[in-house]
Amino acid sequence: MSDFTNDEVMTVAAARELQGARSCFVGIGLPSVAANLARALHAPGLVLVYESGTVGAKPTRLPLSIGDGELARTADVVVSVPEIFNYWLQPGRIDVGMLGAAQVDRFANLNTTVIGSYDRPKVRLPGAGGAPEIASGCPRSIIVMRQSKRTFVEELDYRTTFGFGDGGDARARLALPGAGPSVLISDLGVFRPHPQTFEMTLTSLHPGATVAIVREATGWDLSVSDDLIETPEPSDDELALLRALHAGSAAKATD
Amino acid sequence: MAEFLTLESAVATHVHDGDVVALEGFTHLIPFAAGHEIIRQRRRDLTLVRLTPDLICDQLIGAGCARKLVFSWGGNPGVGSLHRFRDAVEHEWPQALELDEHTHAGLANRFVAGASGLPFAVLRAYAGTDTMAHSATVANVICPFTGELLAAVAALRPDVSVIHAQQADRAGNVRLWGITGVQKESVLAASRSIVTVEEIVEHFDDDRSAVVLPSWTVTAIVHAPGGCYPSYAAGYSERDNDYYEAWDSLSRDRHVFEEWLEHHVYHREGS
Repeated sequence: MSDFTNDEVMTVAAARELQGARSCFVGIGLPSVAANLARALHAPGLVLVYESGTVGAKPTRLPLSIGDGELARTADVVVSVPEIFNYWLQPGRIDVGMLGAAQVDRFANLNTTVIGSYDRPKVRLPGAGGAPEIASGCPRSIIVMRQSKRTFVEELDYRTTFGFGDGGDARARLALPGAGPSVLISDLGVFRPHPQTFEMTLTSLHPGATVAIVREATGWDLSVSDDLIETPEPSDDELALLRALHAGSAAKATD
Repeated sequence: MAEFLTLESAVATHVHDGDVVALEGFTHLIPFAAGHEIIRQRRRDLTLVRLTPDLICDQLIGAGCARKLVFSWGGNPGVGSLHRFRDAVEHEWPQALELDEHTHAGLANRFVAGASGLPFAVLRAYAGTDTMAHSATVANVICPFTGELLAAVAALRPDVSVIHAQQADRAGNVRLWGITGVQKESVLAASRSIVTVEEIVEHFDDDRSAVVLPSWTVTAIVHAPGGCYPSYAAGYSERDNDYYEAWDSLSRDRHVFEEWLEHHVYHREGS
């Protein structure tokens, strides 16, 4: 058994969630790493879609930005930004959306806009990008983000992206086409929506994590599944491919 | 018909104080040279429009050119924050910056409505988000056929749109390819347009897969090779990722940024 970090467990767990998916709308950062890992591992045919309009990108190294030349050169087709959102994302043509965020709440709503008040923010974050429509338009979405009391919060400072609103039938009331976030994966565990309340519930602990550790890093009163399991450790193959992806992008960055 | 101008005269003629100026190019083909010329000519009170403000708007904002920013994702791609943008929003330096923020889909469709000559565009977006409440250019609309609740976004009609393309031909037709973002829509939506190009060619290759803006849809063309550096032009250059990473530390400090402006923009023509 090799040594691995919590971040590596998180990324591998996210890649595993793409089992069976045909296509994935990918944000840059952790989501892009996980989606590219899935393509290298168990989903060689996975269609990666980036909001720059690159459909079916097959990067050989991790892109630094969503508009890298590598994505366009390796894509099946490159379309305009209005087209990627109107013709491809909006009708639900892309199976899975993969997103990160600065803050998440218990109903998987996301904040990527401000910390503090909107008019006088303590920290001005980048904003919405493609996330709100990815989360509403894809049949399902996967959220990947590091966990602490600052990121898993009782109340968002700004709701950039709608997950399950205030729970229950909130998505249905807004007639959102997709089913919403199917899973939230942190560096401590895996959370899935409760079938009725849609509150994100701890369903799996990463190796080394405990319920007490996860509670300590959660800003709301955490619900824990009765069927709590342990996240399987990353295999040697998974780790080797993940590290090769990172090494490839690091080598390129120092060219 | 498009007129061939120098960068200096294109900006002097077509970009005025107080204008709504779109500078488009999605990571690829970002019109940096034109942005720097706008800074050099010390335009003020501009409303800048860009889906991804990127370093170009960070520089224009830090240089005091902008009163307002219309945007949808204001980060340094793959790196982190835009510090001049943050300083303007968080501390009103060098001045306050009014924001009208959208999602990518929403802002792209505002350009589509402008290019289509419609007052608004309709899309399935913004539902349940705080952005709906904060932007005056998004509203709910009910489909007259199905009764569905949808989002309407107001048309965007810039006074001038500025883009960078790979080629123009001698007749002033413009051709761009690769990641083409919302450049076509931004030019067609605007009253005037400036297109900087890598190369002026006699004739285009017979490849109709590229986006072509006919000469009569473009106001001014400027021959500006490398005019999108540190972004890139597919077929001509690679993105300088190191520059984007270096910008993170360079732009954090106001004085370091001002020195950069002095050396790399004010005292460097046509860069």
